[in-house]
Amino acid sequence: MDFPVFHLDFFGNRLLIAVIATLHVLINHMLAVGAIPLVAFLEWLGLRSGDQRWDDLARRILFVCFIVTTSLGALTGVGIWLSTSLVNPAAIGSLIRVFFWAWFFEWTVFVTEVVLILIYFLSWRTAWARRHRRAHLGLGVLLAVFSWLTMAVIVAILGFQMDTGVWTVQPGFWTAVLNPLYLPQLAFRTPFALVTAGLFALMLTGLFTRGDREFRGTAVRTISIWSLVFTPAMLLGAWSYWQAIPERMLANLPTALTTLTFTDFLEPLRLAILASVVAVIAVCAWGVAAPRRLPALVLVVPFLLAVWQLSYFERVREFIRKPDVVAEYMYSNGLRASDYPLYREQGLLTLATYSPVGEVTEFNRHEAGREMFRLACSRCHTTHGVNGVVEKLATMYGWQDWDHATIDTYLQSMHNARPFMPPVPGNDAERGALATYLIDLRDDPAGLAGAQSHGAMPASH
Amino acid sequence: MDRIADWPLPLDIPLPLPADSVLLQALLVLLFLWHILFVNLMVGGSLLTVVFQILGRRRPDFETLARSIAGTVTVNKSLAVVMGVGPLLAVNVYYTVYFYTANALTGEAWIGLVPLVTLAFLLTYVHKYAWDRLASAPALHLSIGIAGAALFLVIPLVFLTNINLMLFPGRWLEVDGYLSALLLPNVWPRYFHFLAASVAITALFLLFFFLRAGCPIESRLQTLDRAALRRLFYGIALGATGLQLAFGPLVLVTLPSQGMSWYLIGVITIGVTLALVAMHLMWREIVSPRPSAMPRAVAVFTLITLTAFAMGYGRHVYRESAIDEHRDLVAAHGREVRWEIAAAHWRDATGQTLVKVPLGQRIYESTCAACHAVDRVVVGPPLTEIAGLYRDDPAGIVTWTEAPYRKREGFTAMPAFKLGEEKLMAVAGYMIALGSGEDPGSGEDPGPGEDPGSDTDPGAAGEAAAEDRG
Repeated sequence: MDFPVFHLDFFGNRLLIAVIATLHVLINHMLAVGAIPLVAFLEWLGLRSGDQRWDDLARRILFVCFIVTTSLGALTGVGIWLSTSLVNPAAIGSLIRVFFWAWFFEWTVFVTEVVLILIYFLSWRTAWARRHRRAHLGLGVLLAVFSWLTMAVIVAILGFQMDTGVWTVQPGFWTAVLNPLYLPQLAFRTPFALVTAGLFALMLTGLFTRGDREFRGTAVRTISIWSLVFTPAMLLGAWSYWQAIPERMLANLPTALTTLTFTDFLEPLRLAILASVVAVIAVCAWGVAAPRRLPALVLVVPFLLAVWQLSYFERVREFIRKPDVVAEYMYSNGLRASDYPLYREQGLLTLATYSPVGEVTEFNRHEAGREMFRLACSRCHTTHGVNGVVEKLATMYGWQDWDHATIDTYLQSMHNARPFMPPVPGNDAERGALATYLIDLRDDPAGLAGAQSHGAMPASH
Repeated sequence: MDRIADWPLPLDIPLPLPADSVLLQALLVLLFLWHILFVNLMVGGSLLTVVFQILGRRRPDFETLARSIAGTVTVNKSLAVVMGVGPLLAVNVYYTVYFYTANALTGEAWIGLVPLVTLAFLLTYVHKYAWDRLASAPALHLSIGIAGAALFLVIPLVFLTNINLMLFPGRWLEVDGYLSALLLPNVWPRYFHFLAASVAITALFLLFFFLRAGCPIESRLQTLDRAALRRLFYGIALGATGLQLAFGPLVLVTLPSQGMSWYLIGVITIGVTLALVAMHLMWREIVSPRPSAMPRAVAVFTLITLTAFAMGYGRHVYRESAIDEHRDLVAAHGREVRWEIAAAHWRDATGQTLVKVPLGQRIYESTCAACHAVDRVVVGPPLTEIAGLYRDDPAGIVTWTEAPYRKREGFTAMPAFKLGEEKLMAVAGYMIALGSGEDPGSGEDPGPGEDPGSDTDPGAAGEAAAEDRG
């Protein structure tokens, strides 16, 4: 409405955020929040036992974490901001207004975290660290605390997006932070990070201990125990999180899990999720019982399963909060529910800053419909690409007879039939124009260009 | 678009700022200066690493220096990124509408920052950690360093273009893509101003870094001694600062007048004066046979820091005055629309409806109906007749209305109505529909296939629509 509309018409805007954010969460949970305590633990084992091999293993795991977190990890973190401010500036702009001080505090924690990891890693083999091994270990413990704190702050905002709690009636910083989903989600993510960091470390251990089968056995057993120890807490956290999800969101769950097309596979999918958790536990149990008979290649499996589980979890979490991007305040299309009556009275397009079309007339229906699509649909849908709107309609109506009245009626009642979709904003004429555009789109391969290539007010794209 | 009334007028986020605006501005300026310091060290450091590595092929001492500088780049680049988050947060919250608009208009480059910076960081890691391993392939190793430095040269340009574009709402509608935003005034002079500053700041930093007590570098150098290092880095710093005598005025004269003021000139003059004194001290350090060591270095450091504060503050003064007037308009517009939203919300909640009359009908009833009726002659011909003439050519009504002439005996000449194409097309559609005996107020689309995608030419679209109907 108030910003030029960035749009990726093949990959879709959702996928852009999803790829960046999922990478970031994977790195954050596995290679920072969970991995740093584990590295410190391994360093402590070396200190206690006097066995230099623990120290070496800890440092080599930290080296991987250091390289990845300070490059891809840091940049995907910033990338979540850059991508959300492109895709949904109204949403991220609103969240920043509410959570500015939380983000500011998180930033100071983040600065400390980066400074600490620089010192912790770069000082590992210095003369200072050799003389003061306990102090060096202390750095690791401190770093672990700060890594966890950055996650603890951000999870408050993720929870807020799903359930604003009492904030809508009692706006304020703390009512926003202490939303109903905050603590359950934190209770799940913390042990999840610890468990999966173990799985990541198992994979690296297989790589780093090739020449020393005896030590590999000991290390694999120790790290397997580490992951198993936190598994019950993780399952408990998952359960409490599940309990806290608002009921209206659970209705979205089948679609969130399987997408609309594959709802039939819900049962097999549930089994697959269960099986993957069992498989992870089984490999760890094997690692405890007979670590030397565990081939290094098998150690990759739990890691890959964990990557899949976490990515899937994030997809489902992002999906079930729909149709809202901020629960009961703003729809996924970036429009506030409170503004809908005015859109209905005056028309969405006349109020939009960058629409080349104002009121719908006899002769501008296609153009008006295109601007409607841009404003109301394009945050989640492409024209012909990923989550393409043409294909969605074709699944319902086939490829032939798209009757205007049928499409228009569907648009009118869509948010009731598909509870994860926001209602179409604007007046009846605009909805009619959108229907016209959608029908035209079926035969028009050109699609929709974004502001990044065709400017804020594209005349004909 | 020179007239501010023609600039886009978006709505700001309708939530209060999280803190006093002065506090947010202070945070923005101070945190940005802190961030840019590490950016300078990252960019300048990677450039000097590569240059010294090349020089090191003839003189091994320079390779030793290059390797040592590379070690500072991997630290400074992490600090640059993490210190950037604070000012990014501040600019997001304080310049929300302006910043996000610039981001969207340069979207590809803006999101391209993520892979580009990641790649640059990974290249600097490989360059640093594979120094020994790639000793047998020096060309490959140097290429990796050059590739990293080249990326570091591209990345700041993206930020700079955004922060520049955001200040000029009058240009927002002209920009189509990142490359066109690069061509706006002030971008390139400012970029070179930044690069020269990066080299100067890095040289001063390295001066302290290598000449600090207990620095092991001296023992590893073969021919260069402390005095030579001092002359080298003061020389680089002085040369780069000297370039600003050219870039600085260029930056100033290419600034659009939109935000200029004597106050700003005053602030910048203070900054320039401080820098000139610093340059004089650097020159003294280079030429005097017995350097004064630390006290004068501290003076140089302090003066350059104060210069940076003056320039950072001046930049903010310009920013504020550049968008001041537009921001007032945005705020006033926002208040108006918020009020309408509240009223509409209230009507909705109490079951009242406000039916909006379509544009064509509004214009017809307020303007045309004075002389035209549906099926009888008033002053001009009736709509039934007009519909018959223009059913296949609604754009013809537009052309006629904008420049009518006396066509019929016994009729008064029609005055011209230059209402703009959008309004005239709307009223043309309404008149044709009414004159053809249809109900133009129903707002229903006649059906699929009737409105082909000829959105560039509303006349053609109308023609096709009218044809189908006939």
